Amino acid sequence: MPTAALPTKIEVQNLNVFYRAEKKAETQALKDVALEIRDREVLALIGPSGCGKSTFLRVLNRMNDTVPGARVEGRVLLEGEDVLAKGYDVVGLRRRVGMVFQRPQPFPKSIFDNVAFGVRAHGLTDKNEIVRRVESALGRAALWDEVKDRLEASALSLSGGQAQRLCIARALAVEPEVLLMDEPTSALDPIATARLEELIHELRADLTIVIVTHSMQQAARVSQRTGFFYMGNLIEVGPTKQMFTRPRENKTEDYISGRFG
Amino acid sequence: MSATSPSRNRPAPVPVPESEPEPDREHTPTGAFRTVEWRRSPPAWHRVAEIAIKVTALTAIVAIALIFVFIALESLPLFTSKLVHQEVTFAKMWLRQAWDGPGWAWQPTSGVPKFSILPLLIGSLKITVVSVAVGAPLGILAAIFTSQIAPRWLREILKPTIELLAGIPSVVIGVFALLVMATWFQRAFGFEHRLNALVAGCALSLTIIPLVFTLAEDALSSVPKSFADASLALGATRMYTIVNVIVPAALPGIAAGVVLGFGRAIGETMIVVMASGNAALVNWSLGTSTRTITATIAQEMAEVVHGSPHYVVLFVLGATLLLFAFATNLVAQRIVDRFRRKRGGT
Repeated sequence: MPTAALPTKIEVQNLNVFYRAEKKAETQALKDVALEIRDREVLALIGPSGCGKSTFLRVLNRMNDTVPGARVEGRVLLEGEDVLAKGYDVVGLRRRVGMVFQRPQPFPKSIFDNVAFGVRAHGLTDKNEIVRRVESALGRAALWDEVKDRLEASALSLSGGQAQRLCIARALAVEPEVLLMDEPTSALDPIATARLEELIHELRADLTIVIVTHSMQQAARVSQRTGFFYMGNLIEVGPTKQMFTRPRENKTEDYISGRFG
Repeated sequence: MSATSPSRNRPAPVPVPESEPEPDREHTPTGAFRTVEWRRSPPAWHRVAEIAIKVTALTAIVAIALIFVFIALESLPLFTSKLVHQEVTFAKMWLRQAWDGPGWAWQPTSGVPKFSILPLLIGSLKITVVSVAVGAPLGILAAIFTSQIAPRWLREILKPTIELLAGIPSVVIGVFALLVMATWFQRAFGFEHRLNALVAGCALSLTIIPLVFTLAEDALSSVPKSFADASLALGATRMYTIVNVIVPAALPGIAAGVVLGFGRAIGETMIVVMASGNAALVNWSLGTSTRTITATIAQEMAEVVHGSPHYVVLFVLGATLLLFAFATNLVAQRIVDRFRRKRGGT
C-alpha cells in the first residue's frame, strides 16, 4: 500500500507533556515525541497502560487543557499551523479534530438531539440543514437503520455498541477532518467491536483517524500505520504490517510477542 | 453421589438437572459435597442490627405522625365545638365578612374577634415568593460560578464562605434587616411602611441562598466530567456546555434545593417577626407592612387562653401551613420525578 504518497495532516514536533498533581513533583508523561500523521490514514497507537498514548491523543485536540496541572511543550502542526500556540482557537480546533472516548457517553437527550448537539453548538439554526447533517451522520456511523424510527427516543435506551456508534455519529455531524478514538471498543462486546472496526474502514475514505487501542489484533486489523509508545517515549512508528512482522526495535518485538505489557 | 439424591439436611428433594449441584452445597477439591452452613443462617447480631434499624426508622415516622395527630386534634374544635362556633367557623375564616373596614381581617382580640386567614396567607405567600425569587437565582448562579467557572483557589474560598451563611442565627439576620436593610430599601424605593414584605423577603433570601447553593453546587459538581468532555470535544464552548449539558444534568438536584428553600422560607419565623411590620393587610403590594402565618402563631400562642376559639384558630393556622408545605413538596417531587423519568429514557 503506497502510504508514503499521502500528504501530512498533523505533524508533532518535540512534544513534552508534564502533569503536576497537587503539591507533588511534576511527572513527565510524554518525552520528545515526534510523529507525522498522514491525511486519510488510520494510525493506531499501542503500548502498555500509562505509556502516554492517551495523553498524546488528547493533546491533538487540546482536550488536555481540561486536566488541571497539565503542561504541554512542543509543536503540533495541523496543516502547518501550531495548535498549541497561545491564542489559538481551541473551539475551532475541536470542530476540525473530533474525539470519541473510551466509554460511550450519550447525553440524556433524544437520539436526534445528541447527534445535533455539536452542530447546534456551532450556531447552526437552519432546521433542514440540521436534519440533513443528523441523518447523514447517522448513516455514516452505520446507525441509521437501527434508529430511524425512534429518533425522538432517549439516547440512554441504546445498547453499548449503538451508544458508541451514536457518539461517532455525534462527532461526524460536526464534519471534522480528523477523528481521534481513545480505545473506542474497550467497553463493547466482540460483535459490536467488529461492526465498529468495519466502520473505521469505511470512514477512512474521507477522514484521518488516530485510534488508541489495547488490542494489537485491532491495531493490525484497522490501521495502515502503527506507533508504539513505552513509558512516555514513542519507540517506533511504521507501516502496520512491518511493525507486526519485523519491528526495528527490540522493545516493540517484546511487546508485540507478549513478553510484557 | 448423584446430585438429585436427597441429602441428609434437606427433607424435600427438589428435582434439579443432573449437571447442577444443589444450591446449598459446593464442590470440595476431592469432588465430594460439603454442606455450607453460613449461607442459610447469618450470625445472630445481624438480626439484632436489623431490628434496631427498623425501630429507629419507625421512631422518626411515628414522631412525625404524632405531630400531625396533635395538630389535628387541637384544630378539630373548629368543626365540632359550639363554644368556638360562637366566634368563628371554618367558613368565616375564608369568606368575606360584613365587618367594619376590610371584608377580611385578622383582629383576634378586638370587641368583635375577627379571624380571617386570608391576610396571613397572602402575607406568607408574598414574603416567601419574594425570598425564593431573590434567593434561588442568586444561589443557583453562585453554584454554577463556583463549581464550573471559578479557578480552584477561588472555589476553595467561596464554597465555605457561602455555606457559612447558613450558620448565621436568623435573629442576627432579623436585626440586620430591621436596622440596616429597611433603611436602605426605604431610601431606594420610598416605601410608606419602613418594614414591609420586600425587606422581609430579601432578608429571608439570605437564609435560603446557602441552602439552594449547597444543593445546587453538589448536584453540579457530581455531573460526570466525561459529560463536559464529550461536549467540549464536539467544539462546544465552555458556556454552551454549562448551559446545555451540565445544568440540565444537575436539574433534579437544583430543583430539590429550590423546593427546600421554599419550605424553609415559608416556615421561617424570627426574621419575618422582626422585619415584616406585622400588620395583617390584604393586598399584593410588596411595599406595605405584612404579617405571616408563622409570625402570628409565634406572637400570639403565648398569650392565648388555652382552649379558647383563638387558641383553636392558631392551630388551624398551623395545620394550614403544614398542608401547604406538604402540598408544595409533593408537587415539586412529582415534577422532579417526571423530569428524571424523561431523561432516563424508555
